[in-house]
Amino acid sequence: LTGKPSGLSTDEAPNTLEEITNYNNFYEFGTGKEDPARHAGNLTTDPWSVEIGGLVDRPGSYSVDDLAPANALEERIYRLRCVEAWSMVIPWIGVPLAGVLDKAGVQPGAKFVAFETLVRPEEMPGQSRPILDWPYREGLRIDEAMHPLAILATGLYDDALPNQNGAPIRLVVPWKYGFKSIKSIVKITLTDSQPRCTWQDLQPSEYGFYANVNPEVNHPRWSQATERRIGSGLFAGRQDTPMFNGYADQVAGLYQGMDLTKNY
Amino acid sequence: MAQVINGYLRRIPVWAVWLGAAIPLALLVWDTLTGGLGVEPVRDIEHRLGRTALYFLIATLAVTPLMRITRISLLRFRRALGLISFTYAALHVASWISMEMGFLWGQMLTDVIKRPYLIFGMSAFVMLFALAVTSNDSSIRRLGAAGWRRLHRLVYPAVLLASIHWIWALKLWETKPLLVLGMILVLLALRVLIRRPLGRRPAKVQTN
Repeated sequence: LTGKPSGLSTDEAPNTLEEITNYNNFYEFGTGKEDPARHAGNLTTDPWSVEIGGLVDRPGSYSVDDLAPANALEERIYRLRCVEAWSMVIPWIGVPLAGVLDKAGVQPGAKFVAFETLVRPEEMPGQSRPILDWPYREGLRIDEAMHPLAILATGLYDDALPNQNGAPIRLVVPWKYGFKSIKSIVKITLTDSQPRCTWQDLQPSEYGFYANVNPEVNHPRWSQATERRIGSGLFAGRQDTPMFNGYADQVAGLYQGMDLTKNY
Repeated sequence: MAQVINGYLRRIPVWAVWLGAAIPLALLVWDTLTGGLGVEPVRDIEHRLGRTALYFLIATLAVTPLMRITRISLLRFRRALGLISFTYAALHVASWISMEMGFLWGQMLTDVIKRPYLIFGMSAFVMLFALAVTSNDSSIRRLGAAGWRRLHRLVYPAVLLASIHWIWALKLWETKPLLVLGMILVLLALRVLIRRPLGRRPAKVQTN
């Protein structure tokens, strides 16, 4: 798998494949960071289809190839900032989400995009317990979804996306906390109202709909001002977390006039 | 039976307890150096040191009930067990300051003030510190036996705070820290319910 280089990539050094594939939050496979690497191997990702519906002109079932054909793939090296105050740099391969939505034909009334992850407890052992309200759900405002930084990723380094990273197709929204970047997507719905989101449903005082990376708005139980870079070594310390995870120049305009301490 | 065991125990030097207590630390260093802790070792290092500190503190608390119930006496080793617990607690705090927080004193201070589970952990550590620096014969002489004993009752709030600190630090309710808290409560209850050694008196009655 190869993707065209992009001006939107960071020049920071990416984490190793080992780091990216062995430290994951993907509760469908268990709550431990190593659980996805251990248990995601059995997930069947081919055949796969993504149901696109709601306020679109061409609703229906799309294959991963329909959505992310080889000739459209780009490499996007993005910072990833987890709400748990750790971070990585990841070389994704994927396509802009805007192009995918255009393919389905977004109708003028659509204001939000809702996403859902696969539910298949026989291959996703974490789903046999009600840790979260399955399926995992996430959502974006339509202007966020259409932003050039938002992509659907199908690859990592030069290979297809490993299962523990959300194969075969996942969202990547680099200016938001990692939990917004929903994995193993089977459903995309355009709606006129703000969709339900899993973590927001579970604990609305801790996880908001926007979940933009913001060093000035702390999680009620911990500070978001700094982060630990995974793989940096035992005594590398912490680094400052930049506003919008360093993508403020591109995305700050989306939130002009909004009180970000209320819309966290 | 208890006398036989006590006879054996008397032959174990206190330094052997310290040596045994170094095994969890050695295993942790080994796992760290050989990559056994995965791609993000800091959290594991921190958590294992903290758990070990709490386990040794529980061992310290078990000495008295064990003696009252079975007459097996580990009293000679109790000071060492307490000091070992403090040593692991100090390493746990040191790993948090250096590895997890990277010496960001300002952020640590606001975190400790704002986050209840850190307040609990820090209070427990301060109490253990007071106990550790007075765990020597000259402190007992200086404070007097009664005063020293009163000070060392801090071990009870310390062990409870440390245990709740663990439960609270997690995102979800997990079984292991809850079981450990249960064990601590049982040990504390035993001290209250069984106030003196069991056994000897009925035996005396039978000889009549």
